[in-house]
Amino acid sequence: MKPIETKQEYNDYVDKKSPNSPIFKNCFNAFFVGGLICSIGQIIMDFCKFKGMDETISSTVVSIVLIAVSAILTGLNIFNKIGKFAGAGSLIPITGFANSIVSPAIEYKSEGYIMGVGGKMFTIAGPVLVFGISSSVIIGIIATLFI
Amino acid sequence: MIRLGKQTIKLNNPPTIVNTASIVGPKESEGPLAKYFDQCLEDEFWGEKTWEKAESKIIKETVNSVISKSGIPSNDINFCFAGDLLNQCISSSFGLRELNIPFFGIFGACSTFVEGLCLASVFLDSGAANNILCATSSHFCSAEKQFRFPLELGNQRPPTAQWTVTGSGAVVVSKVGTGPYITHITPGKIVDMGIKDANNMGAAMAPAALDTLITHLNDTQRKPSYYDAIITGDLGHIGKEILIELAESKGFNIKNIYNDCGVLIFDKNSQDTHSGGSGCACIGTVFSGYFFKQLKNRKLNRILLIATGALTNATSSQQGESIPSIAHAVAIEN
Repeated sequence: MKPIETKQEYNDYVDKKSPNSPIFKNCFNAFFVGGLICSIGQIIMDFCKFKGMDETISSTVVSIVLIAVSAILTGLNIFNKIGKFAGAGSLIPITGFANSIVSPAIEYKSEGYIMGVGGKMFTIAGPVLVFGISSSVIIGIIATLFI
Repeated sequence: MIRLGKQTIKLNNPPTIVNTASIVGPKESEGPLAKYFDQCLEDEFWGEKTWEKAESKIIKETVNSVISKSGIPSNDINFCFAGDLLNQCISSSFGLRELNIPFFGIFGACSTFVEGLCLASVFLDSGAANNILCATSSHFCSAEKQFRFPLELGNQRPPTAQWTVTGSGAVVVSKVGTGPYITHITPGKIVDMGIKDANNMGAAMAPAALDTLITHLNDTQRKPSYYDAIITGDLGHIGKEILIELAESKGFNIKNIYNDCGVLIFDKNSQDTHSGGSGCACIGTVFSGYFFKQLKNRKLNRILLIATGALTNATSSQQGESIPSIAHAVAIEN
């Protein structure tokens, strides 16, 4: 090997030396688990409709159940194991959102309920809320004006 | 003491490492070096309410253990050099607040252990002290909380990521004794080769280790083969490979005698630790637990201990800064 002199050369060398994440395995796991979570959601939805609930209430029940289950699994130290296996598969559905709020709440409980749980609860979900709500407002304005 | 070459100090009255102590967490207790550590904990909290308190307790108990093992009354220990990874080094200062020994809180990230040995050696050789205590600690959970994400967050770690060692290593160094002796120290320069990936610390720190290694060999006019073992702190599997290749490109073949504490402390395949161990306690516990005993039993007689540190924090990473790194070396000989 030639001696490395510049930062650019070293960065290129490190890129070559560092193994990449197993992308095909990760994609497969994410697809499989993500699909499974959505199927569970669909089963809950169909069950609600079967029990005579309308579309809006059924989808609300689906969200509530998935969020509750993820929050409980986070508290039981199980969700992080699912997340490690599934990656985006458990992160992208509403389950990941619940996990991203409950996990800092648990982590920062030691700093008290106000500045710990209250202050740090949204450190990970914060960006999703800010940009999610902002974009929905912008689209709402566009829809009101032009459609 | 005299200065050799650019940045090495040769100690005229080489101080003796009298004894060491190590306490490690549950994951380290399942690793290949478990039997060498003084105490293996069963859980990360050790009866405390927070991880920060647990880390303070670990360093406190390790220090108590090394003082009693050394046989030197704590009144006769003149100074203490200690540091850790938590902001403002609270594990050390909180853990050692009842110690009643003059205290220097030091920060060199994961290089702190050897930084302490360097400073202690100069203090002892100059006559400023007779006995000095050096200690470091780190804790996987408190480090994850400070530098990365909550533990319960369901995310994935890249293959280059390293696993912060939970534990503490402490040593008592004395002006007189029967060895192993600290004969040379080579404090390192800050080296930044532009690596920005906080999940690839080994690659960020390897150039610093290389710089200190080559400087030490040039200053002392020694060849790598002079040493029975050259040991780095926490470059991990990737950083270790990089250092071997970088050294080879500069004309130094270290492959047969070189190893890294981050590689040794965990079994990569069964423990899911990706690129290996890291943290102040990585070299602290592996030296205190394993290498010191090898030196005492004369299985190794000359080692070069190079502790590597990434001088970064969570804010600088978010601001897109690269990772300045450092490596300090001490030569320990029988």
